[in-house]
Amino acid sequence: MSDHVLAEIKNLHTYFYLAEGVVRAVDGVDLTIKAGRTLGIVGESGCGKSITALSLMQLVPSPGKIKEGEITYYQTIHKTESASTSNVIEITKLKPNSRAMRAIRGNQISMVFQEPMAAMLPVRTVGAQIMEAIMLHQQVNKAEARERAIDILARAKLPNADRIVDTYPFQLSGGMRQRAVIAMALSCNPNLLIADEPTTALDVTTEAQILDLMRELQQQYNMAIMYITHNLGVIAEMAQEVAVMYMGKIVEQTDVASIFRNPLHPYTQALLRSIPQLDDVMARAGQKKRLETIRGMVPDPYSVLPGCSFHPRCPQFMEGVCNEVEPAVIEVEPGHIVRCHLYASRTTKARAN
Amino acid sequence: MTEQTNIHSASQMQAQPPLLEVKALKKYFPIQRGFFKRVVGHVKAVDGVDFYVNEGETLGLVGESGCGKTTTGRCILKAIAPSSGEVWFQDPQIGRINVAELEHEQLIQVRRNMRMIFQDPYASLNPRMTLLEIVGAPLRAMNIAQGKELEDRVAEMLRRVGLRPEYMRRYPHAFSGGQRQRIGLARALAPNPKFLVCDEPVSALDVSVQAQILNLLQELQEEMGLTYLFVAHDLSVVAHISERVAVMYVGKMVEMATTHELFMAPKHPYTEALMSAIPRPDPTPREKRILLTGEVANPANPPSGCYFHPRCRYVKDICKTEEPAFEEISPGHFVKCHRAAELNLSGVRNLA
Repeated sequence: MSDHVLAEIKNLHTYFYLAEGVVRAVDGVDLTIKAGRTLGIVGESGCGKSITALSLMQLVPSPGKIKEGEITYYQTIHKTESASTSNVIEITKLKPNSRAMRAIRGNQISMVFQEPMAAMLPVRTVGAQIMEAIMLHQQVNKAEARERAIDILARAKLPNADRIVDTYPFQLSGGMRQRAVIAMALSCNPNLLIADEPTTALDVTTEAQILDLMRELQQQYNMAIMYITHNLGVIAEMAQEVAVMYMGKIVEQTDVASIFRNPLHPYTQALLRSIPQLDDVMARAGQKKRLETIRGMVPDPYSVLPGCSFHPRCPQFMEGVCNEVEPAVIEVEPGHIVRCHLYASRTTKARAN
Repeated sequence: MTEQTNIHSASQMQAQPPLLEVKALKKYFPIQRGFFKRVVGHVKAVDGVDFYVNEGETLGLVGESGCGKTTTGRCILKAIAPSSGEVWFQDPQIGRINVAELEHEQLIQVRRNMRMIFQDPYASLNPRMTLLEIVGAPLRAMNIAQGKELEDRVAEMLRRVGLRPEYMRRYPHAFSGGQRQRIGLARALAPNPKFLVCDEPVSALDVSVQAQILNLLQELQEEMGLTYLFVAHDLSVVAHISERVAVMYVGKMVEMATTHELFMAPKHPYTEALMSAIPRPDPTPREKRILLTGEVANPANPPSGCYFHPRCRYVKDICKTEEPAFEEISPGHFVKCHRAAELNLSGVRNLA
């Protein structure tokens, strides 16, 4: 069971209807998640990366609504050892609190959040919280659930798992807490793990441990990971496929090597240039340099810009084109898509050939 | 303390004394229990830290959360009083003084010249004050300017940090994270200081805004001749902005050297592990990184000998019993490790 498609997001629009106006948090996103692979989603705060993930779980907070689009989840059912059929579930058609949705959420698809303290209830033990998830989704009794909880904690490399199971979240350090949250997310063997900035609150050394752990567990369980972060360094280590988001849209998507070696969208290029590069700093050997910045700021979320939403900040802005016509998705090379007018001619050429 | 004599030596051969010199700085927080608030122990947040910052340079201060970076920064300004130790500051008006000993009146004087910017641009500005009041507050408190003059200076400061002076009557809520960090910077720079403690000034910002603020800090440094103590945990950012970097672990300074030397040829095993853990925006597979096992030591109950020994890959018997000194092993390179001379550690690898 290798690279088969696990979930597909098509033309997803998630809008927030506020008194001040409509926030187009996710505005036409297409994504394909494959089993056993890691899809990285990068972007600055407010670009819609977390809302895309929450839409997939049907957890969009009010007053947000999935306005349009389809999310399809392909559930594999193992009938016997060899034979398995796949069951197609339209997530967007399910009610957020329906039985069918709850059977998927936390079981087939689970999520790890940024703040490990906020993801756990402080008044119940770590074990009790993991057992709750296990007993809800699997027909096991309390003693068995406890066994499994200890087992999963040990797999998340928590020392003395049989003792940790009875501790409260505040008794653990940040890194241990994040391990416990990951253990909780993995307790029902999910097919898809959504990790929303799971290491942002952690130190580099702890972050390195957690990233290693996630990769290891991914191999063990052959699960897909949707990894959301703003840290391009982490993306380079974790993801095989990367989608760059800006103002609710995917502006570029390709494999991880191409994103770093051959970024096409001006936003991706600018983003990569605006972070301090260690190699570059070391090569300069003490000489100071300014970083390249993206001029201006992310526009306020209520605004709807004509044309390409990046045009006010784009260094390669073309008057009369970028501010008027919305760029289409262009496949510049196989598997490398970009939403930018600069590459419009390239595809026509490719097609002519 | 042998280490202090060392600190003066080789690297201080230049005639100019450093702008800031910190000697054996300690800050212990008491742990109180029970009805009578009996003191049952101490959290040794900063436990004997020595370093110096030369005029016009940026010293990066790195370490994991809870290692005492922020407490060190605050002790320097006596925002919290250190338990012991000396903080010598070369004040342009008063001359060389020990900030740790100063009392109220004099402290206000010195704080014209040493100031601070904070991590959280949302928590560090009073939402009920206008920009004029926020940026003007230090000028008013120090009796530097009033009335029209105050307004002019605030307008000038806002312009300097890249904000429009017309914004003066607005409140902080009208500004984005990056703009708020600029406001905090304008407030810090209003009395025209010499020295700035920057406590994680870009950690809460988005990548593109982070670049703008880092550039602004560098521009202002050149224009106004500022000296920075740059506290941060993002090592790429620290490498970018600092001439020299100091590494802390559980309240102690473990290594200090020029940025290039520290990143390319670290001498402390902890620094080596830090370097190998930096996530790098480059998808080429790297050598297996060094993963530290176990947890950071508890500053209320630190291990014996070298605090790092339970997690160290190169641990020897002496490390468990004796605390190493913070020594200068080559000009300007200080390290606190028994085996600094014999170990051959690797820095940031896979460089093109």
